[in-house]
Amino acid sequence: QRCLSLIKSTKFLNAYITVAEETALKQAEESEKRYRRGQPLGVLDGIPIAVKDNFNTAGIETTCASNMLKGYISPYNATVVQKLLDQGAVLLGKTNLDEFAMGSGSTDGVFGPVRNPWSYSRQYKEKYVPKSHSEDKDSNWVITGGSSGGSAAAVSSFTCFAALGSDTGGSTRNPAAHCGVVGLKPTYGLISRHGLIPLVNSMDVPGILTRCVDDAAIVLGSLAGHDPKDSTTIQDNFKPFELSNLTDVSKLSIGIPKEYHAPGLSSEILALWSKAADLFKNAGAKVIEVSLPHTRYSIVCYHVLCTAEVASNMARFDGLEYGHRSDMNKSTESMYAATRREGFNDVVRGRILSGNYFMLNQNYENYFIKAQKVRRLIANDFVKVFGSGVDILLTPTTLSDAVPYTEFIKEDNRTRSAQDDILTQAANMAGLPAINVPTALSERGLPVGLQFIGRSFQEKQLLTVAKWFEKQVKFPTIQLEEVKRHDHGVFQHQKSASFL
Amino acid sequence: MSSIFKLYFPSLFFFFSLAPWVPVVGLEIHAQISSNSKLFSGSQVQFAAPPNSLVSFFDASLPGTLPVLNRRCVEAAVMTGLALNCSINKKSLFDRKHYFYADLPAGYQITQQRVPIAVNGSLSYSLCIDNKMSQMVTKTVRIKQIQLEQDSGKSLHDDTRSQTLVDLNRAEGQLRVDANVSVHHPGEPYGVRTEVKNINSIRFLAKAVDYEIQRQIEELESGRTILNETRAFDSKLGCTVPMRDKEGKQDYRFMPEPNLPPLILYDAKSLPANMNHQQVVNIDWIHERLPDLPSVKRAKLVERYGILPEHSFTLLNEDGLTEFFEDVIKQTQMKPKKVIGWILKDLLSYLKQHSLKVKESPVSSFLLADLLNRLEEKEISSTAAKQVFAELWKGEGKTPLEIVKEKKLQLIQDQKDLEQICQAVMAIKAGNRKVLNKLIGLVQRETQGRSNPVLVKQLLEKKLSE
Repeated sequence: QRCLSLIKSTKFLNAYITVAEETALKQAEESEKRYRRGQPLGVLDGIPIAVKDNFNTAGIETTCASNMLKGYISPYNATVVQKLLDQGAVLLGKTNLDEFAMGSGSTDGVFGPVRNPWSYSRQYKEKYVPKSHSEDKDSNWVITGGSSGGSAAAVSSFTCFAALGSDTGGSTRNPAAHCGVVGLKPTYGLISRHGLIPLVNSMDVPGILTRCVDDAAIVLGSLAGHDPKDSTTIQDNFKPFELSNLTDVSKLSIGIPKEYHAPGLSSEILALWSKAADLFKNAGAKVIEVSLPHTRYSIVCYHVLCTAEVASNMARFDGLEYGHRSDMNKSTESMYAATRREGFNDVVRGRILSGNYFMLNQNYENYFIKAQKVRRLIANDFVKVFGSGVDILLTPTTLSDAVPYTEFIKEDNRTRSAQDDILTQAANMAGLPAINVPTALSERGLPVGLQFIGRSFQEKQLLTVAKWFEKQVKFPTIQLEEVKRHDHGVFQHQKSASFL
Repeated sequence: MSSIFKLYFPSLFFFFSLAPWVPVVGLEIHAQISSNSKLFSGSQVQFAAPPNSLVSFFDASLPGTLPVLNRRCVEAAVMTGLALNCSINKKSLFDRKHYFYADLPAGYQITQQRVPIAVNGSLSYSLCIDNKMSQMVTKTVRIKQIQLEQDSGKSLHDDTRSQTLVDLNRAEGQLRVDANVSVHHPGEPYGVRTEVKNINSIRFLAKAVDYEIQRQIEELESGRTILNETRAFDSKLGCTVPMRDKEGKQDYRFMPEPNLPPLILYDAKSLPANMNHQQVVNIDWIHERLPDLPSVKRAKLVERYGILPEHSFTLLNEDGLTEFFEDVIKQTQMKPKKVIGWILKDLLSYLKQHSLKVKESPVSSFLLADLLNRLEEKEISSTAAKQVFAELWKGEGKTPLEIVKEKKLQLIQDQKDLEQICQAVMAIKAGNRKVLNKLIGLVQRETQGRSNPVLVKQLLEKKLSE
């Protein structure tokens, strides 16, 4: 209802690919009836939620922002979607992303780039100084980060309570940092991947985007646990938890991995990082510098493993069973080639090509096997650090705040991904839980977040610490007055919405 | 997806033409596991089901679907591994094998390339030399590995509309063999091999391999070379022909299947106490439930019934014949050594003549036992019994007794009758002890085999001594 009108008024953000207006209203109605009967299905009953468009949703288009799946309607729900619906959640729509989640800007999808809601915030507008008078006033909007940029923007602009993203190398935490929301990447195997269209099966996890840590814990509680349809999920049942208010952090040991002081880290973020460390120290926590020596090899190995799995996972899109099929009918092979040329963008095709190269018989040992060995070393680095008594690692999430779209597209997707995933993908390589907590605004008035990395399956501890931190930093609420103006300018026929 | 295992038989045997050539044959055997559902999905397996009627979202490779291993298939693979003297890998891995083909919807096949479920086995078998059952030789083939593998779909080509339709129920053939063949001179390195693909019966396999060995020898002896190529067996022409292979050599780009954790098997020792037994596969448990293997069964048959070893082979080689034999034994007083003759000479040759399986036999074990009891009780002669058997084979629902009565095949016990007959015979032939047997034969002929030969012999002896 209200969310749907907000989605309309913020349509210029391009956060949603599909808005499931009819089904959402129906679900909301059903939920209202349940509440009136006093029989809600659970904590999420009636709660509006958006889902990244790489999760299968029965009856609602699932496109992966690709020509290949434009118009594709899945016959089944992803396990996480089903769990949300079973608890009465209202599925508002499907959010925008980079094509097949390959990117870090949410700029490389077939439905166009997502605009960061903070571009239209009072905080950003006040600080923004046009470089020249000739500059178009509307051209300074910044990217959301990615690839779950649509989900982050949807949460940030209040169009939904929570959104599902996916996180393979940082795709949930990165846009969360840029959009000033909480982004949780759970431990690999804690939440079912069944129905998530894969990028890298061995690293993908469904991600959770919310406005606060408590909300993330609630959504996690309703999604986590064994799924017989995903053999990589934990066997045990998961017990949902409520987060306590931490009063004493003196027993806590926070590790500051020195390798995360990466080249290109902005001085602003570096300062914020050390301020955060001091915050813990002053509160009585033990803060120690630690080393994860193989971190610097992580991003290149991530690239090899990612592209190899991409090449394999994308092989099914051949135009035969579903999705786009080219008109080319000279031979099956030429139909395959044309279908894949027309269906995938350059980024996807580039990754398929390099992935296949790494998997060739003569290259497999030198690339794939080596990358896997390094992956093991990276995971062992974390095991050692956590074994030495460190509870939580504190790192930056991104190198800098969000850049304007016009800046972002000056570099190609591969270069951007290598820069933007650098601080996040190691947690995926090791399968560890990690969370972005919005921390402060940059000099330009844009959100900056910090990342906490926890022990495997220790989400409760991780979130408890994140909640304590969240309370200390008091991250400001987005002032979206600009939407009103934009609303009138772009969608004059629609009723305007106001934010508090 | 049906489930497939591969057995590699790098076997070695000798074959002589003018110059000595040694062929080397390796077989990759795809055998469908008899299970209710497919290897990686909950879909059913059913022979001749309508196309695409048994396809899950995973089988159609819909985006986002994941494989879930079928426990029954794992148990079947372990059981096969144990039966074939393999060592069972307590940890085995799944791989993806990539190639584009219309009936492979995912663009890859899940298989066990690197660490399969069972390795290094052997299978001993006996064969007779020059078709003489008494000269059995035992040989052994080595088995490289048994692996669980997802089956591909089935392409159905519609030539009239130049369309290809794909049935994702997956291949229905229960057995498919690829044979690798090469020949070389003893002491020299192995020759270049060819692969004969998609052979679908044992008979064609033997023909294809024999043909391919002969072809390679002829090629080499006429100074030509063997190409490392894929060939197909043309069952109508009985020869192998090169397959169109325009892609050249395929690089399958194997990689670990990330959606299936390593397959861990347990034995009694390693089985964790807190594990749900429904969720684990226990090798020892399967071992205990392994039925007797053929060699053990044969030894038991020889020991229990005193039959010849070569007869035990025939009993086991025919599906259901051992059970039939034992059923007859249970219902008759006739000695097993005599019963076996009826089973192998009469029943089996009738079955073969009519291309029937044992379970399709119109003569049940009950009827045969009834017949043999009458023979044993000397109600009928063995010659008459054969006639009754021929009548029973017609499957008209008559009992042996009814047939005996109807055809007047009762053994003639009446002394006067026989005396008369013998007298008649004697009138033709003058007495001579040496022709006694011949005379008995003549009496039998006269009585259509109904006379008791012992009685006839006594009578004839008496007559001769008169």
